[in-house]
Amino acid sequence: MVDIPEHLLLRTAEARAKALGISVEQALAEMKGQSEPTIISKEPDAQLLEETAVQEAEVPKSEPDVEKPKEEPAAEKTESEVITPIKEEHAAETPQKVAAVTIEEKPAAKAPAPAPEKPAAQAPAAKVSAPPAAAAKNGAPEEVDFAPEVKVTQRLLTVVKAKPIQKPVAEPVDKVNTWPHLMLPEFVSLMAMTAFLILLSAILQAPLLEEANPNVTPNPAKAPWYFLGLQELLSYWDPQIAGVMIPLVLGVVLWMAFPYIDRNPETNPSKRKFAIMFYTFFLAGAGVLTIIGVLFRGPGWNWTYPWIDGIWFDDLLDWIHFE
Amino acid sequence: MQKLSLRDKIKEARISAADSFRGGKLMSSIFRPGSPFRKGYVDSPRNRSYVVMNNVLYHLHPVKVKRHGVRLSYTLCLGGLSFFLFIVLTITGIWLMFYFRPTELAYVDIQNLQTSIAFGSLVRNMHRWGAHLMVLVVFLHMSRVFYHGAYKAPREFNWVIGVILLLLTLLLSFTGYLLPWDQLAIWAVTVGGNMAGYTPVIGAQAKFGLFAGLEATTATLLRFYVLHVLFLPFIIVIFMAVHFWRVRKDGGISGPL
Ligand code: HEM
Repeated sequence: MVDIPEHLLLRTAEARAKALGISVEQALAEMKGQSEPTIISKEPDAQLLEETAVQEAEVPKSEPDVEKPKEEPAAEKTESEVITPIKEEHAAETPQKVAAVTIEEKPAAKAPAPAPEKPAAQAPAAKVSAPPAAAAKNGAPEEVDFAPEVKVTQRLLTVVKAKPIQKPVAEPVDKVNTWPHLMLPEFVSLMAMTAFLILLSAILQAPLLEEANPNVTPNPAKAPWYFLGLQELLSYWDPQIAGVMIPLVLGVVLWMAFPYIDRNPETNPSKRKFAIMFYTFFLAGAGVLTIIGVLFRGPGWNWTYPWIDGIWFDDLLDWIHFE
Repeated sequence: MQKLSLRDKIKEARISAADSFRGGKLMSSIFRPGSPFRKGYVDSPRNRSYVVMNNVLYHLHPVKVKRHGVRLSYTLCLGGLSFFLFIVLTITGIWLMFYFRPTELAYVDIQNLQTSIAFGSLVRNMHRWGAHLMVLVVFLHMSRVFYHGAYKAPREFNWVIGVILLLLTLLLSFTGYLLPWDQLAIWAVTVGGNMAGYTPVIGAQAKFGLFAGLEATTATLLRFYVLHVLFLPFIIVIFMAVHFWRVRKDGGISGPL
């Protein structure tokens, strides 16, 4: 048998002494088998035994009950390809794994757990510890009727919730193999893009006007299309007054900082209506300004109608002059 | 024993020759285990993993990705297409460099390219339309990211890198715009440079730095050329590498919504 450390032994002895109303030395001696045990109870309590047994039998049963419904949906959606990290879900959801912590009383002590006379009344308390003291208060006769064969050696002391050794951090995610599920679509869209680009290049000639001449200013002089919205905007106010680069740089910096400004963690569109509206307005504004710049601006940056006055947009020269 | 027809014999010989080639030293030295180009490849989950894992592709893709992320309707493949367009532009751009001198001869070079060099016109068109397309696709990619709220934690910083990528894309496009050295090029760039000139306080200096002078000249051409073919691509590749790396480190594609 394992040697019990002295301090534990002492503590047990103290508890026992208190319970039985004997001195600590006496209890210690009894536990070490150096003295005859003090016997209080009349008989080993059958019901206590039963209850303990029932408790232990019942508890494990409840475990799969709680767990099953949780596991099934996951099992449904996950096909063979899904990684389920080593029982993560299992560990996370395990409700109460109940461990019965038992105290083994040394047979050497030959002291059965004293049982009360009226088990029914004592039953709840019995789970925690046998209440001999209470029994004594109840006036239980200190009858010595002890059958060594029927020893109560185990009691349910406490219920401990099991904790997984590895703490799961992430929920299992529904994943598929990159090859072929991602790489094939990628390959297809890449081929489609190539085909589109070659086709476009075959039918639409890139513009090449006369050689650069600093002395001949075309009218209008337009920026590349992605800056035309900006050029249009700047035509509304004197750029000297508005300043150009500073607002632009500020805008870019603010745009970069956007994720730090928008602290709403929601990604659901219905819960970030403002952000969506904001960007949609931005898109619409930029789109309208660009279209105006491309199609509706002619010589002197004056308003023109493409269907009346024609289009001043040399990027698409080949297309505009297509007959 | 059944007698084989000549046709079967040839077929058998062909298969065994192909097998011994695919199983040979050369092929196994080129393709790492699990490659579909090796002998005995079978479509198994293990090999599907190896295709990525034992391959240079592992630098770009993880072995597995979220199921919802591979739906074309989620990313619309826009980020991937931005990257792909960049590659197309690099290839066609290098090709164009063989025929282009960033001097007074630039315009003539482009003319010659279009008229007397095989596929010259096609490649120039591809480079030009590809550049426009890339600006558009990057912009659309940004919009898709915004609408998905994909810039939210932990992806805030990748958005910052994204905005830098957008700026670099625009700068690449803008510097390239000058290179044909025609009226469209020089005046579009003049308009852009003049905007920079309106910068408060340092306007004149900004314009001077951009033009390498007071106005667009061949000095500007050389400056834009070096930026366009060397400096900006170099920088954008670095930022793209960080961008892709962050996509993976931030837990792959965001969502599902
Ligand atoms: C040269 C330009 C760019 C390239 C090549 C590029 C490439 C990519 C790729 C391949 C992805 C993977 C997911 C997808 O395809 O959507 C991605 C994701 C992302 N990109 Fe970009 N991108 C570029 C520009 C930008 C810009 C301008 C922004 C925003 C301002 C941005 C922000 C992001 C963010 C936040 C993600 C993560 C999205 C998610 O997890 O759903 N990128 N990018």
